[in-house]
Amino acid sequence: MKEFLGKRFEYLFRSTKGLTLVAIALVAIVTGIWGTLSGPMVEWGVRDIIVNTLGMDIIPADREGRIIMLYHTIAMTIIAIEVYFITEVLPMKRREQVSINAVITIGYMLALFFGLGFAYFGHNYAFHGLFLVGQTLIFSAGLMLLAAIWPWQEKYLLPEGSPYARSKNGVDLERVAFFAMAAMTLTSSIWGAVTGSYWGNGHETFLGEDIIRHPGHTALQKAIIGHLHIMVSLVASAITLIVGRWLDFKGKLHKWGIPLGIFGIIVLTIGALSIVWFTWAHNIIYVGAVFIMMEALFFVIYSWDMLIRTGTAHIEKPTFFQKMGALFSDPLKFGVGWQMVFMNFTVSGVGIFLAIRLDKVFRVWPHREERITLTGHWHVLAALIATIIILYYADLSGLKGKTRKWFGWIVIIASDIAFAGATIFSMKRLFVDASNQQTTVNNTMLMIEFGLGIILVLFALFMIWRLYDLFQDDGLWTKELKEEKQFNTKNEIEEQKQKLAELEKTLKEAE
Amino acid sequence: MKKLIFSLILLVFLITACQATPLTQQVPPPYIDTGIDPESWATIPAGKFPLGQQSVMTDIDYDYEMMVTHVTVEQYANFLNEAFASGDIQMGEVDIAVDDRDLIWTEKGVTGYYEGDDYDGYKHEEEVLAEDKILIPFPNSTLRLTREGDTFTAIPGYENHPMTMVTWFGANTYCEYYDYRLPLELEWEKAFRGTEVNDKSDGIPFPWGYEFQQNNANYYASFDIYEEMYGKLGSTTPVGFYNGQTYSIDGYGDYETIDSPSPYGLYDMAGNVWQWAGDNHSNQHYRHLRGGSFMTYEIDLRNWKENGVAPYHYDPDVGFRCAR
Repeated sequence: MKEFLGKRFEYLFRSTKGLTLVAIALVAIVTGIWGTLSGPMVEWGVRDIIVNTLGMDIIPADREGRIIMLYHTIAMTIIAIEVYFITEVLPMKRREQVSINAVITIGYMLALFFGLGFAYFGHNYAFHGLFLVGQTLIFSAGLMLLAAIWPWQEKYLLPEGSPYARSKNGVDLERVAFFAMAAMTLTSSIWGAVTGSYWGNGHETFLGEDIIRHPGHTALQKAIIGHLHIMVSLVASAITLIVGRWLDFKGKLHKWGIPLGIFGIIVLTIGALSIVWFTWAHNIIYVGAVFIMMEALFFVIYSWDMLIRTGTAHIEKPTFFQKMGALFSDPLKFGVGWQMVFMNFTVSGVGIFLAIRLDKVFRVWPHREERITLTGHWHVLAALIATIIILYYADLSGLKGKTRKWFGWIVIIASDIAFAGATIFSMKRLFVDASNQQTTVNNTMLMIEFGLGIILVLFALFMIWRLYDLFQDDGLWTKELKEEKQFNTKNEIEEQKQKLAELEKTLKEAE
Repeated sequence: MKKLIFSLILLVFLITACQATPLTQQVPPPYIDTGIDPESWATIPAGKFPLGQQSVMTDIDYDYEMMVTHVTVEQYANFLNEAFASGDIQMGEVDIAVDDRDLIWTEKGVTGYYEGDDYDGYKHEEEVLAEDKILIPFPNSTLRLTREGDTFTAIPGYENHPMTMVTWFGANTYCEYYDYRLPLELEWEKAFRGTEVNDKSDGIPFPWGYEFQQNNANYYASFDIYEEMYGKLGSTTPVGFYNGQTYSIDGYGDYETIDSPSPYGLYDMAGNVWQWAGDNHSNQHYRHLRGGSFMTYEIDLRNWKENGVAPYHYDPDVGFRCAR
């Protein structure tokens, strides 16, 4: 038994894939349980069963504070997952990877368990303190990540003629992009932390969508609004860079796209955070957003072109249909780009349209309608990011053949049905008035429930398979653990060889 | 597998084929007497009360009265008839301009003069000029009023339902016509929750207390008989409906309500229809709506939750009550 548990523990907490599996499983469990506390689940009575069974204490006056804690706990876990991916795809010392992963794992788990414990199971302030300790550890892991991926280290320079974006001095610009993203994330967290320290002392809990129409906002409110927007954008930016590594983004589009992305990440963050002082900071945001979207566009063009090229490599002159067949042959790889394109229909496009028509359309609707649109807008963005992570993780889990195709296409189609439904629902006042909205509401709600329901069931099956696999002596997890050990050991040998060479060189110089 | 996919698609089509009845096409419900008198008023005595989500103790140093229920369709029809006769209101058309007059449209209906608001020129603020304003759109298929000759009449069955499709101007004109006024938000919040706080110093979030049950109020998931009749979105309920009675409509079964007045005996402070507040906030033209409605989830029924919209706006889930 000891050996049985020990091996599983080693996989789950000492390998990147295992750590990712644990974090994804925790997000899935939290989403599954906490998703029953609102929407149709309430009217079906599911919320009451969950609340009573788990002994939750959810009083109406605490709702806003509660769900802010929930968002934070999920966000911290997602950030941990992205950090696992980053420490896996970016070359760094093994001990750096181990330390970063260890610190962020303890951090997100403290934040998750004690954050939810504080918010939903009585306000034990010791739990709140541990929630803060968890977030502090995550911040520390972020600093360690910055040190580990420092792009100006000689060993990470790219040679001339490299297909990847590099500076004149050979600095790997993609590494710079990761560095910029991590640095901006840490900077943004300071905005949240400082404001949080005023909680109950001049600052009251609020949801951004609730105060959108207040004519004036305090500096602390603006800091939070800037913080929440840039955090979601940076999480999106991080996953774009990660899947770029997965699909080996390179060539001309990489050389143009990555510098644009770096500039965009920095400008967007400056814009979002400077909203505290400048009302015209929106203009900075627009500039930054354009550059980041250009980077994403270049990635999508590259990835689709790559899929077509590799899929038709064996055909001398492929027809249009053969090219399309190649493009759609791998939904996991096609899907990450497609979801980014789809984001423009459901998030970016909607945002720009409403910004342009703000006083003519948006502000003519009741505040509640605006609230629904804003809430829908960022929920869809967050869920789109989640689907990209799922697609990537499915590939990491080695899904192959028909299972890979079915899984990929169901994730893409079902999520897009749900997101399209949510977008139409949130924009319904454009084409239907309140007296005649019932059919639209019914049908779009059905699209949302149907799409999300299918995804949740599919993902649950996927997680059950991974759980079942853990009980097998020769399951996928053993293969993953073995591969990772081999890879890490080889890397460590290389590191040791380099270190030995450096020491010998120093010794010679001293003699 | 093909059969399964076909069955799923068929199921989706069947479900979506069940179209709900739009509010504009609803057949009036039978008249239900709730026993609550819409002409009655409740006194709210001077004193401190817990304000807002943070329950900050705040003083209102005067007594005031508020209507026990929303203004009903019948009451509003009577007002229209009296005000038409006295020449205070008329049928007409008004232009509504937004975004520095970049977008203008015309509303047809009952109009009345409003003296305008101070304009601060703040970002997104629209100027509310002194001129004739739209009180209710007419004709309008969602309105529960008919007009024959010079007389407005409530559509039978809706007499004691809250008056809806009324703009802030329409609500304000009604109250001022009878020397009342729209309640200020502070007054409204106090009338909603009273003065008591619990051991955590929280005031009650709902008029009847701390807990919420489906048959406390008319909201999106109240599953009342009107939802049975008209579909998920339901409809308004007669004022004072949630008073502990059990109601029946032939063919739609029984519906048991919980008696849910506010501490001062006001009904429907949460749910049924949003209620216009009287405040003219600086730097904005929006007027606030309070209390949630039959179209909203319970989160909007909490005491401090606010909604807001331009004063010319009307909707089938927006009504009002007066203070004095």
